[in-house]
Amino acid sequence: MVESTHLSLHVPEPAVRPGGQPDFSNVKIARAGTVPRPEVDAAPEDIRDLAYSIIRVLNRDGEAVGPWAGLLSDDDLLSGLRNMMRLRAFDTRMLMAQRQGKTSFYMQHLGEEAVSSAFRKALQKGDMNFPTYRQAGLLIADDYPMVEMMNQIYSNEADPLRGRQLPIMYSSKDHGFFTISGNLATQYVQAVGWAMASAIKNDSRIAAAWIGDGSTAESDFHSALVFASTYRAPVVLNVVNNQWAISTFQGIARGGSGTFAARGLGFGIPALRVDGNDYLAVYAVARWAAERARRNLGPTLIEYVTYRVGAHSTSDDPSAYRPKTESEAWPLGDPVLRLKKHLIVRGAWSEERHVQAEAEIMDEVISAQRQAEEHGTLHDGGKPSVRDIFEGVYAEMPPHLRRQRQKAGY
Amino acid sequence: MPRMTMIEAVRSAMDVSMERDDDVVVFGEDVGYFGGVFRCTQGLQAKYGKTRCFDTPINESGIVGAAIGMAAYGLKPCVEVQFADYMYPAYDQLTQEAARIRYRSNGDFTCPIVVRMPTGGGIFGGQTHSQSPEALFTHVCGLKVIVPSNPYDAKGLLTAAIADPDPVIFLEPKRLYNGPFDGHHERPVTPWSKHALGEVPADYYTIPIGKAEIRRSGSAVTIIAYGTMVHVALAAAEDTGIDAEVIDLRSLLPLDLETIVASVSRTGRCVVVHEATLTSGYGAEIVSLIQEHCFYHLEAPIMRVAGWDTPYPHAQEWDYFPGPARVGRALTEVMEA
Repeated sequence: MVESTHLSLHVPEPAVRPGGQPDFSNVKIARAGTVPRPEVDAAPEDIRDLAYSIIRVLNRDGEAVGPWAGLLSDDDLLSGLRNMMRLRAFDTRMLMAQRQGKTSFYMQHLGEEAVSSAFRKALQKGDMNFPTYRQAGLLIADDYPMVEMMNQIYSNEADPLRGRQLPIMYSSKDHGFFTISGNLATQYVQAVGWAMASAIKNDSRIAAAWIGDGSTAESDFHSALVFASTYRAPVVLNVVNNQWAISTFQGIARGGSGTFAARGLGFGIPALRVDGNDYLAVYAVARWAAERARRNLGPTLIEYVTYRVGAHSTSDDPSAYRPKTESEAWPLGDPVLRLKKHLIVRGAWSEERHVQAEAEIMDEVISAQRQAEEHGTLHDGGKPSVRDIFEGVYAEMPPHLRRQRQKAGY
Repeated sequence: MPRMTMIEAVRSAMDVSMERDDDVVVFGEDVGYFGGVFRCTQGLQAKYGKTRCFDTPINESGIVGAAIGMAAYGLKPCVEVQFADYMYPAYDQLTQEAARIRYRSNGDFTCPIVVRMPTGGGIFGGQTHSQSPEALFTHVCGLKVIVPSNPYDAKGLLTAAIADPDPVIFLEPKRLYNGPFDGHHERPVTPWSKHALGEVPADYYTIPIGKAEIRRSGSAVTIIAYGTMVHVALAAAEDTGIDAEVIDLRSLLPLDLETIVASVSRTGRCVVVHEATLTSGYGAEIVSLIQEHCFYHLEAPIMRVAGWDTPYPHAQEWDYFPGPARVGRALTEVMEA
């Protein structure tokens, strides 16, 4: 006889809830510089440990250390810092614009600026990202005009998407940025398909897929990993683990698996876990994965360990589900401050120049905002036409839509 | 002119499309080496190589999701979902992604994909190999939906679908693969080789999407059908001796409303037939359009003949299938009204 017991359901809980003392003692963090850097053609089974550690370059003293350091020049790092600061300033102004009623919705990147900004630097012209809603750094770091982003956010008369899309759901083929769905995880397998196409055509371009910790639970994540693994697609599979899926802590999606990176191992996909708040580490790992893809060695899964400092969106209130001071206790610090400190340690930057840069960047953002607002905001000024509702559903408008457009008076 | 089954016609459509355009790729479950469970892709891998025709994991959202990504790159994927009943895992990718990519990106990205699926019953396939989910697609703005009824149309519409700049759902009535099955299941089916529409040009040609075809001219009543039901409707007209006009829609979205309105305005009577379940079926849309456009010409209530609102049963297949007897009864009723 097998002994039996009354079964009970396990429902994971975060370590702390509002009112409690933030506690990240369970987050194991490797010391900067201690994780080895394998060759890009290393066999996935030989580097399984990388899925359970955290690759870090910047140490507490702001020095770049270890085998993943030494890839970026002063100028590269200064431009990286600048891009993160531009993204942060952009967020500040657009959050305010949303509060002022100039748009319906906004999503900020606070605390996660290094991930998309540094990743963009590892890509080449022609590569394609399939982003989620929190990778605007890909556009900003590629010098996509801020005013175009704002036109989209305001759904004004100059909106490149003609008022059809929720704010921040940008699209720019020229800047390697696939149209954001707002639906979750669907883009992950699309990125794999794009990469397969590039391989079918013997091209040299690669794709990058983006997903959050919560959405890895979607079946499309699994679909993407199967396809990427089977066809060795030239794709970088990014998982941004910012600890929170709206109000749900990452343990609900992760389950009993040690890390999100480890999800790649069962598919034979090399999986790396990286300090997402360390610009140098993100760049180094992204470059490693991009090189693998470009050398036809197949996909790589990267988990960026970071923290969503702000609310999920302007429709969310994190104080209802996590301690208010949790972000201050986050052990990986602030990506902008860490890179700033490093640049000062390198002798390439100073407090004074930082303050000056902040002011210049804010001027740049405000001037773009002024320009965008000349074309209107959601409820004021120039708007896309009602005609735009009916255009673009198909390449050629079918008769039933023409009849409906006429009924609408256009 | 060569004679082809519907399987051969579908295969020929992919073949000539792949031959003229290197960007056309074909993939799905079992479609590569083996050539598909219905053999529609037989020989394509041998002819065009493994990177243009290949097997996939059993993962429909992956098949369609990957096709969407390939289309964004610039390819023209024509993928197979093994049975229409298996398409549900891909429904999110089809409805919220493929259908809206052009719209939401304002044409920055487009999605020229074709998703082929064998549809309909009549092969003792039970509830998971018999479904007709066309209305789940015609309700989605941004998709095109095609259901051919014969080899000639199947080839010309599939080549047109592959060349189309937007996503197309191509539903192949599997009961028609080998012959014009008319619902008289007790009789042998005449093979396509003995049917005029089994004559299919070997070369590339297209049939415009969105144009219906009148299969039988008549003056007493209009029967509107598509796929297998076209042949059932023709049989019902013969069996009852009622002078029915039979319209084969071919394309459900976009719809050839003009042909419907012209016919019903003339006959004043109409029966709409489909194999899919009745409630909220595509017939409801047709009936609604007819009452909107032909109300003052109508002599009788418009009737619908459809699958019962139950899952597709196995043993009772022929009691479920809306065959010529049921269509015939509806015709008689409409004529007597």
